[in-house]
Amino acid sequence: MNRMDTPPKLFDRKLLQSRRKRALAQGADDFLLERVAEDISERLQSVKRRFSLALDLGTPGTRIAQSIGGSGQVERLILAEPLVSHDGRWPRIVADEEALPFAEESFDLVVSALALQWTNDLPGALLQIRRALKPDGLFLAVLAGGETLTELRQCLAEAEAEIEGGLSPRVSPFIEVRIMGALLQRAGFALPVTDIDRLRIRYANMFDLFRDLRRMGATNVLTERSRRPMKRTMLARAAALYAQKFSGADGKLHATFDLLWVSGWAPSDNQQKPLRPGSAKARLADALGTTETSAGEKSRPDKA
Amino acid sequence: MSNTAQAIDPKLLEILVCPLTKGTLEYDRAKQELVSRQARLAYPIRDGIPIMLPEEARKLDESELARK
Repeated sequence: MNRMDTPPKLFDRKLLQSRRKRALAQGADDFLLERVAEDISERLQSVKRRFSLALDLGTPGTRIAQSIGGSGQVERLILAEPLVSHDGRWPRIVADEEALPFAEESFDLVVSALALQWTNDLPGALLQIRRALKPDGLFLAVLAGGETLTELRQCLAEAEAEIEGGLSPRVSPFIEVRIMGALLQRAGFALPVTDIDRLRIRYANMFDLFRDLRRMGATNVLTERSRRPMKRTMLARAAALYAQKFSGADGKLHATFDLLWVSGWAPSDNQQKPLRPGSAKARLADALGTTETSAGEKSRPDKA
Repeated sequence: MSNTAQAIDPKLLEILVCPLTKGTLEYDRAKQELVSRQARLAYPIRDGIPIMLPEEARKLDESELARK
């Protein structure tokens, strides 16, 4: 394959896997995953459809699988994750979201929770997901986006600029909801929908937030990250800035997590589509209980 | 089939393709590998779990490709 035109990689995915492995070994505790697991099954239930073959793509662990696999709405569930983890309940494979090993039109449903924010080639991943779906198959995903960790980004940048006199990337760039919608459309999804669930999580201090991020395996994996450990003075300055700028009346500070929810359908003929102009079978005037006036003609109250 | 090898889910065999070429795979039951002739790679199956990562795959040599 021609790799000449491969764009530079934003994320070091090997490092991401080892961070996740470490988090898993230390007993991963992912409160975000816990939260979206409930939401994902609720959103699925609102679809009122049964899915005979579903794929859970990239979601760390089996929390989502437990949530949707046992609902009766999903007949068979396959798990695909870049990490090997041992849980015999579901057939699973090890795969990379960026190079999916699935034949076209394989699945009725693809779900993915808190994984796609790490893809280097999101448009490519979305296109592959759409192709792996059967016609009228559903893609439902949630990823970190928008203003996620904006407070931390600002404080680290300010502290680093003060102390080191320069900047290195420390917090991932996150995709905006508007762009996500456009990408879904470009990947060929029908009826794409995106929405944001904004969470404000409160912490005693910045180091508590770090601990949470480590437990999620979500610390800095940017390819261009600084290889030197952060200086103590810089960390202390960032923590002070964080406390000063982003704490509430109770002294606790907050961190924003924007969960981007996305859904779209693989196109199919039996999906709802806009009608052709002039194809209406009922008059709007009848529905409104009023008299119709043609365009350009002013209604004349004196005549009524 | 070796006794230690955990059986791979037959549904998986139906839907899996080579992640690089998206071409079909041949299941080598004895070696527990999924072979992509186009990509000249053999993806390992460990404990019944197909490892569909090109960097984990074994490169096929000419003699193996000539066989069959």
